[in-house]
Amino acid sequence: MSGDPLFIEGVDWGDVGVMGFKVVIAFAFLLVATMFMVWFERKLISDMQNRIGPNVAGPWGLLQTFADGVKFFFKEDLRPENADPLVFRLAPYIAAVTAFLSFAIVPVGGVFEDVDGPTGMVSIFGKNTYLQVADPPIGILLLLAMSSVAVYGIMLAGWSSGSKYPLIGSVRASAQAISYEAALGMATVVVVLLAGTLSTHGIVARQAGGIDTWFVVSSGVVPFVVFLIAATAELNRPPFDLVEAEQELVGGFHTEYSSIRFALFFLAEFMNVITMSAIMVTLFFGGPAGPIFFGLDWLWPTVWFFAKVVAFLFMFVWFRATLPRLRYDQLMHLGWKVLIPLILGWLLFISVKELRPVYDWNPVVAFGGVAIGAIICVALLVAALRAGDRAYQRDLEDV
Amino acid sequence: MGYLDGFRVTFNKLFDERVTTEYPKEKRPKPERFHGRHVLNRYEDGMEKCIGCELCAGVCPAKCIYVRGADNPEDDPVSPGERYGYVYEINYLRCIHCDLCVEACPTEAITESKLFEFSFANRRDAIYTKDELVVGDDGRPQQQPWELWHDGDDLNTSGWMRATAPSGDPTYENRVGWSGELGYGVRSPELGQHAAADEEVAGEGADAVPHDHADDGTDAAHHDDDAHSASAQGRGHH
Repeated sequence: MSGDPLFIEGVDWGDVGVMGFKVVIAFAFLLVATMFMVWFERKLISDMQNRIGPNVAGPWGLLQTFADGVKFFFKEDLRPENADPLVFRLAPYIAAVTAFLSFAIVPVGGVFEDVDGPTGMVSIFGKNTYLQVADPPIGILLLLAMSSVAVYGIMLAGWSSGSKYPLIGSVRASAQAISYEAALGMATVVVVLLAGTLSTHGIVARQAGGIDTWFVVSSGVVPFVVFLIAATAELNRPPFDLVEAEQELVGGFHTEYSSIRFALFFLAEFMNVITMSAIMVTLFFGGPAGPIFFGLDWLWPTVWFFAKVVAFLFMFVWFRATLPRLRYDQLMHLGWKVLIPLILGWLLFISVKELRPVYDWNPVVAFGGVAIGAIICVALLVAALRAGDRAYQRDLEDV
Repeated sequence: MGYLDGFRVTFNKLFDERVTTEYPKEKRPKPERFHGRHVLNRYEDGMEKCIGCELCAGVCPAKCIYVRGADNPEDDPVSPGERYGYVYEINYLRCIHCDLCVEACPTEAITESKLFEFSFANRRDAIYTKDELVVGDDGRPQQQPWELWHDGDDLNTSGWMRATAPSGDPTYENRVGWSGELGYGVRSPELGQHAAADEEVAGEGADAVPHDHADDGTDAAHHDDDAHSASAQGRGHH
C-alpha cells in the first residue's frame, strides 16, 4: 500500500479506522452489487427473450436474489460419500475470497485531472486517501494472481467432489482459464507498457485528460478486444461457459455442492463479473474519469465509474443472450491460434512505437522490421496450422 | 455485420412486447372445446340426464369412471327413464380428458367443463363423487373448495355437443343438436371446426329437428324449474 497518501506520515489509529471503513464499505458494496447483478442479469435476459423475469419479490423483483439467498441457508448441506471432506469444504472459500480480493485494487472515484502531483485523492474524516482499498506497487499483478488462485477453487471443488461430471467440468475450467490467462496477461502488459506503472492508481492517473488518452484509444482497441474476450472466458461466462455446460455436465464443477456452499460459488461467479468489469474500466476506460458538471466534485467521478461498470455488465449479459456456446476445440482454437498470436504481434508493435522516440530509431527501419517480422510470424503460423490440419485430416481418414 | 448481427436482434428484443401471461393473475381465454373436469347435466326441469348405462365407464381408456345404475323409484324418479346413475365416480388421478365418455353418452349426461384448476391433498379427494359432479340448481358446475375459479370461468362450462346424433336416433345422424338442459335450455347449434359444413347442416337441422321429439324427454318434462329443482336436489343423495 505504498502509493496511498494515507500512510505517508506513518500509521496511527485514525489511519487504521479509515482503512477499516474503506474495507467495510467495499465489502458491503460488493455483496449488495452482486445481489443486484444477479437480478439485473435475470431481468435483462428476460427482456431480451420477450419475457418478464422475476417480478414477485419486492418492487420489480428486486429482492429475488435476497429471497434466493435466504433459501440457500435453509437447504440441506450435502457432501458426497466419496468427497474429500477438507478440500470439499475449502474450495468455495477460495473461490469467494479471491473474488473479494481482486476488487481491492480498483480505484472507484477521485478527481484525476492532473497527471503530475498527487491526484485522485479524497478526504475521509480529515485524512487524505485514495478511493480504493489498496494501492499495492504490484497493482494489476494482484488481479492476475487472484484470477490464477481462483482456478484452484474451481479445480479443487471439481476434484474433491468425488464425482465424474464435476471433475470434467473443473478440468475444462482450468484448461480454459490457463489458456486465456496468457492472452489476458499480454493485453494487460500492453497497458502497463503504455502507463509505465503496475499500480492501478497510476494507470488511471495516466489516462486523465480526455477520451483520446484512455488506453482503449491510445493502445489501438485491439488489446481491449482481446482483454474483453479473454476476460469473458476467464469468467466462464457465455459463450465460454463450457465449464458448467448444463446440457453436458449437469452443473459443472459445482454439481455436488448445495446450500450455502453452492451460494458461495454463485456469489464468487457474479462478483468476478463485477470485478472484471471494474478492471476493464480501470485499464482501458480511464476509471472514474469523466466531466464534472456541478455540485459535489468528489461524487461525479464515482458516478462515472459506476456508469461505465454498468455498461460492461450490460454487455456481459448481452453476450449471454446472443452468443451460443463454443465447442471445446473452437475455444482452444480461438485462445491459442487467434488471440495469443494477435496480442503478441500487437505487443511488438506497441513496444516499437513506444521505444522509437526514446532510442531515436529510424521509423522506416523500425516499423518495416515490425511488418517483416509480423509477416514472417503469420506465415509460419499459417504453415503450422495447415500442417496441423493435414495431420488431423490424416488421422480422421485412418480411423 | 456477419457475426455481430445477433447482437442487434437481442437488443431490439428489449423493446418488444412481452409474451408472458402472468398466469394466476391473468388468464388467457380457453379454446372452445377445452377438456376440463366433467359435469353431470340435468334437464331443464331438474331431472338428471344420466341413465346409469355405464357406456362411459366401458369406453374410458383410463378406467377412471365407476358407475352403478339403479331402477328409478316410481314415486320419486331421479331421471326421466327407467334407470338412473346411482353411483357415479370419476378418479381424476387417472382421467386423461380424452372426452370419449362424452362421445359415448347417449343422453348428453356427462360433458366436460373448462375447469381444470383443482388439486388434492390426498388420493381419496381426487375421486369426484356424483354429488360433486352433478350441476347445481342453476345448471352450472358446483365449485368445490379445492378448485380455483376466477370470474367467468364457469361460463359456457356445461355440455358441448357431440359429433354424432343425440340419443342414438338415426334420424339425427350428422345433425347438430342439443337436448334441453338446466340453466341453458335448448340452444341453437354452435359452429365447430368445419364452419361452412356445419352452417349448412345447422340450417337444415334447425328445421328438420322437431322440438317435440320425445326420445330425450325434454319436452315431456315440465318447465316448472323451481319446484322440480328442489325435489331433484332432494333426490341427489340416494
